[in-house]
Amino acid sequence: MSTRLAKGGRLIDRTKPKNFTFNGKRMKGYEGDTLAAALLGEDQMLVGRSFKYHRPRGIVASGAEEPNALVNMGQGGRFEPNQRVTTTELFDGLACTSQNHWPSLEFDVGVVNNYAARFLPAGFYYKTFMAPAPAWKHVFEPIIRKSAGLGKVPTEADVDRYEHFYHHTDVLVIGGGVAGLAAALAAGRSGAKVLVMEQTHHWGGRAPVDGGEIDGQSPDDWTAATLAELESMDNVTLRTRMMGSGVYDHGYALGYERVADHTPGDDRPRHRLWRIRAQQIVTATGSIERPLSFAGNDIPGVMLAAAVRDYAVNWGVSVGDRTVVVTNNDDAYRTALVLKEAGLEVPVILDARDQATGPLAEAARAAGIRVEVGKAIAKVNGGKRVTGVSICSQAGEGSAVEDIACDAVAMSGGWSPVVHLWSHCGGKLIWDDEQSHFRPDPDRAPTGHDGQSFVVTAGAASGAMSLADVLSDAYAAGQQAAKAAGGKAVRKAGPKADPEATQPMAPVWIMPQGAGHQKRMKMWLDYQNDVKVSDVQLAAREGYESVEHTKRYTTLGMATDQGKLSNINGLAILSDALGQPIPATGTTTFRPPYTPISFGAIAGEARHEIFQPLRRTPMHGWHEDAGAYMEPVGHWRRPYCYAKPGETNEQAVHREVLNTREKLGLLDASTLGKLIVKGPDAGKFLDMMYTNMMSNLAVGKCRYGLMCSENGFLSDDGVVARIDEDTWLCHTTSGGADRIYAWMEEWLQTEWWDWKVYVANITEQLAQVAVVGPNARKLLEKLGGMDVSKETLPFMQWKDGKIGAFDARVYRISFSGELSYEIAVPASQGRAFWDALLEAGEEFGVMPYGTECLHIMRAEKGFIMIGDETDGTVIPQDLGLNWAISKKKEDFLGKRAQLRSHMTDPDRWKLVGLETLDGSVLPDGAYAVEGGENQYGHRNMIGRVTSTYYSPTLKKGIAMGLVKHGPDRMGDVLSFPTVDGSNTEMKARIVDPVFYDKDGEKQNV
Amino acid sequence: MSNAVSALQGASFDGYCKVEEAGLVGMITLRGDLSSEGVTKAVKTATGAEMPGQGQITEGAKGRAGWMSPDELLLVVDHSKAADLVAAATKTLAKEHALVVNVSDARAVYRLTGDAVREVLAKLSPADTAVMVPGQLRRTRVAQIPAAFYLTDDQTAELICFRSVAQYAFDLLKDAVQPGSEVGIV
Amino acid sequence: MLILECPYCGVMADETDLHGGGEAHLKRYGPGSSDEDFQTYLFHRANPKGVHFERWRHVSGCGKWFHAARNTMTLEVYGTYSAQTYEPPKAIINAVKKKHPEWEGPNMGEAK
Repeated sequence: MSTRLAKGGRLIDRTKPKNFTFNGKRMKGYEGDTLAAALLGEDQMLVGRSFKYHRPRGIVASGAEEPNALVNMGQGGRFEPNQRVTTTELFDGLACTSQNHWPSLEFDVGVVNNYAARFLPAGFYYKTFMAPAPAWKHVFEPIIRKSAGLGKVPTEADVDRYEHFYHHTDVLVIGGGVAGLAAALAAGRSGAKVLVMEQTHHWGGRAPVDGGEIDGQSPDDWTAATLAELESMDNVTLRTRMMGSGVYDHGYALGYERVADHTPGDDRPRHRLWRIRAQQIVTATGSIERPLSFAGNDIPGVMLAAAVRDYAVNWGVSVGDRTVVVTNNDDAYRTALVLKEAGLEVPVILDARDQATGPLAEAARAAGIRVEVGKAIAKVNGGKRVTGVSICSQAGEGSAVEDIACDAVAMSGGWSPVVHLWSHCGGKLIWDDEQSHFRPDPDRAPTGHDGQSFVVTAGAASGAMSLADVLSDAYAAGQQAAKAAGGKAVRKAGPKADPEATQPMAPVWIMPQGAGHQKRMKMWLDYQNDVKVSDVQLAAREGYESVEHTKRYTTLGMATDQGKLSNINGLAILSDALGQPIPATGTTTFRPPYTPISFGAIAGEARHEIFQPLRRTPMHGWHEDAGAYMEPVGHWRRPYCYAKPGETNEQAVHREVLNTREKLGLLDASTLGKLIVKGPDAGKFLDMMYTNMMSNLAVGKCRYGLMCSENGFLSDDGVVARIDEDTWLCHTTSGGADRIYAWMEEWLQTEWWDWKVYVANITEQLAQVAVVGPNARKLLEKLGGMDVSKETLPFMQWKDGKIGAFDARVYRISFSGELSYEIAVPASQGRAFWDALLEAGEEFGVMPYGTECLHIMRAEKGFIMIGDETDGTVIPQDLGLNWAISKKKEDFLGKRAQLRSHMTDPDRWKLVGLETLDGSVLPDGAYAVEGGENQYGHRNMIGRVTSTYYSPTLKKGIAMGLVKHGPDRMGDVLSFPTVDGSNTEMKARIVDPVFYDKDGEKQNV
Repeated sequence: MSNAVSALQGASFDGYCKVEEAGLVGMITLRGDLSSEGVTKAVKTATGAEMPGQGQITEGAKGRAGWMSPDELLLVVDHSKAADLVAAATKTLAKEHALVVNVSDARAVYRLTGDAVREVLAKLSPADTAVMVPGQLRRTRVAQIPAAFYLTDDQTAELICFRSVAQYAFDLLKDAVQPGSEVGIV
Repeated sequence: MLILECPYCGVMADETDLHGGGEAHLKRYGPGSSDEDFQTYLFHRANPKGVHFERWRHVSGCGKWFHAARNTMTLEVYGTYSAQTYEPPKAIINAVKKKHPEWEGPNMGEAK
């Protein structure tokens, strides 16, 4: 039985009860409880099932290292699986359920895996994959699918908010135990800017539980006094409920602040991810106790010795009435003493060492506790709860010499520093023989941008194991960090504790040391993933010598806890099996985050309407009001079409095409890129950027131009206008403005930096409207202002002037084949201009049109579209655009590449028009095939469709495509297999890509 | 012109700081040799401000001049005068290699007021806003868009972004100033 | 998450304010160049374990390209400098040599 003690619990407030439910059962705890403490207080030791064998799992630890006690937390929009009960603060109304069981926690069908355990050894999944495929599909997969997975996937959208916060500090202290506080004190006194974060909601770490005196005060009193001093410093920021999640390059660190996990629905952000840039980072992350490997060490009721102590001291919770303590070090004696003091039974302390002579052992004996040295647990008795232990000699093979009844076992295999944050960015470790753990090697710290170390460990995280050592190490760490971060020297002495005599621990990796296979199959290393001593030994026998391979083969140290309890024990077993010392085996890589952090915190504010920037033109609101169907073009949203009530999008598109061809259409072309290029060398520069000549373009005229990458591939196109002697305006594609602007700047800054050219991106300064159709001129003439007649403003020229009351630049250019003006006005007047055009155009049958209409009209004219006809592998020559490639120029970007043999290969696929024999529309991307097969047994492909539409103008399907020798095969009929499953082919004839008004009579009026 | 409107037409939101779109603001991009007398003169004429040094923004009787890069300035002026000022500066700089363009309508400007302006900006930008003082101009990123901001005093910041993402920027700022999301690091 | 000092703005810029541009000091080969030179220019890039010269653009800052001398293993930055140079400045070379006396110097624009 675990229960709440009548008194005690330094962190709880018994006047403030909190109600919660576990698997629907109503339970009660107190303010200050973790969920783990509250569950144990209600005798809920069994909280879940293991991943593979579905064995009963109880709470093992009291902090972030907990591997077992993961629950489904919350409901609806706040449901989240895999929440550790040991790091969850209790609040009123908390509802959680256990995981990994079916149909119930108490009775689980999957536990059959447990009885089949000898058939599910290390590498089971890998071996199973090798089995005949049908066995996998029909036997293994259904079973694994039923039983696999940790927790349930949320089904509703997260209702909470999250945010990021960028913070810059001289010194970042991670950990708010006495070590972190001592380091913060030193750093704070130096005047440096300090941020201290503590993952729980209380300061002081475990020192108040472990006892001792700091500067003559209890650890609790010292913590309170130190906090008061730190709080009085303007340069120090203290944050609780914030975990140091990761340490990255150049002093970057993530702090995971759980702002409102314990107050859901209070309108605060649930989590805040601090993105910290620190000059120096002090990791005061403490240490984690290791389990011992004895048979049955996973039975609920077997816990870490310090956790048993924490529950008693911090939360007034007894995990059992009779607790057997088993240890290889002095520290676990503290647990025995705490339990005894609380009036609980400790039938025996089993000390695997040959003797127990330290002061703590003496104190235990003096308290009347039986201490057995050289003894071990042969096996734990019990199923869903410990009922007793059989004890044996540590030296032997495990013959039981005595059975002792108990309902809890407190084990301690020694302590390992939490080296994760030190290691994330390259800090190296050394093996400490005395403590049998890896600790940070201060000579091989992570280094920053200046080549100097930027992380220093403090206290137990350094490997300091006594209070006195912890304090002196931590204060020195704070001083060192502050000095490196530019703080002033600190002369004031740090906190001190009296040295204590201890007896060295003795490494114990298997208990008893001669345990046979039957016992080793029941010694759990990794509780979460069901990895046992025998599994690691099997992996070694099968040749997995690298610790990283063994991890993946056995799953040791994977999943949510990443082996916080199991790593060192597993390494020791592997090293033993390989016959090499532990440091030769090494550790697996420590990667951030320290414990899992929420996706919400990672996403931060980037959700809903601010998931990503959405670019809007000045007329965007009109389009939305008009019910336009919008499509993304880069980050822009552009109207695809403006369907009227009762109209399908397709009908709307066809109406827009016909109306524009017959009367008058308006297109919001504001998204087109507009770059001003100016300077004495601007002409020379543009001749390099474009395949055609731009330097000889006359002022007042426009020219269509192509841009290629240095690979020769077509990258952008658009109309260039010569504004004055040394100024050009370059239009880019809608998605291409920023890219082409950057492209120009890159060449100017990094290759031709002596050329006198300035570029400015004025894309968004201007709203641009294409006024298109036979009535276009009538509309502009009605509005009045500048002369837009054929004589004054012929095709491919531009002019500045007034259209109505608007200052405008008008280009006579056409992407539709119709009489067309593209008119730019200041963006602030874009909407007013659009409104004016619509109003005045009514009598001429004006209708706005969208991008699909634009696409159809350009395809009818055989105009290429970047991204349709091009895909990053197409050169202008493939598209019959040789006319736009200057032969006079010695050089332009892409010219050299286009001379490569592959680029001049006559077999390259080239642009043609395609018309189906029956007038139907070819599928986009369809491939043309011819006889024979290639080396892979696929039909030989000779071309593909790049653009395909139903032409409302021509009343038939039209398409463009790239076809091998296409231009030489006019009139040939090609086969395009369909992919709709009908196993049929469509036939299409190769034709000229200009389907409509070949002579340009409509646009040139 | 009377029918000119800013992107969000003065939208505002009161959170733990106040966010408001500043309406129409004249802005001029001036690229040239920042050490030339012509540029100094053009800046003075347009804004009344001194030449800003690296990372600075200066204030004059008619506007501000911000250092954008080693060969680029941003002049913040009266919106209605921007076009004329561009013409005048172009004339002043006719003999040297320079580019002056009106970018007033390519931008949106937000004013952020409250004790926690630095904190609010720090939710969105990797720049160290805690050490920023009035007179500094920082070009950086706010969430996923480029932006520039400066403090006019300890309780007021102005943030400039592109017009097309004006709504995104406003929504970002609105989210950042939501009551309840105070970080407490002012 | 690197920080690099933009030599133009003088600010320590966060990596998210920057855009990486690969190896610095490439020599452009255009029309008239041999296939081998052109191929090297277009495709061959150094990928050293150690000292490396890189191009970066302060993309959401001043928009300027600059160069950084950086160690790809230790992440140490020896210095940043103008992109408008054909080779690393003497001061940068010295900064590298001070840390790595055995370093043989940059391999400029040649086939690697």
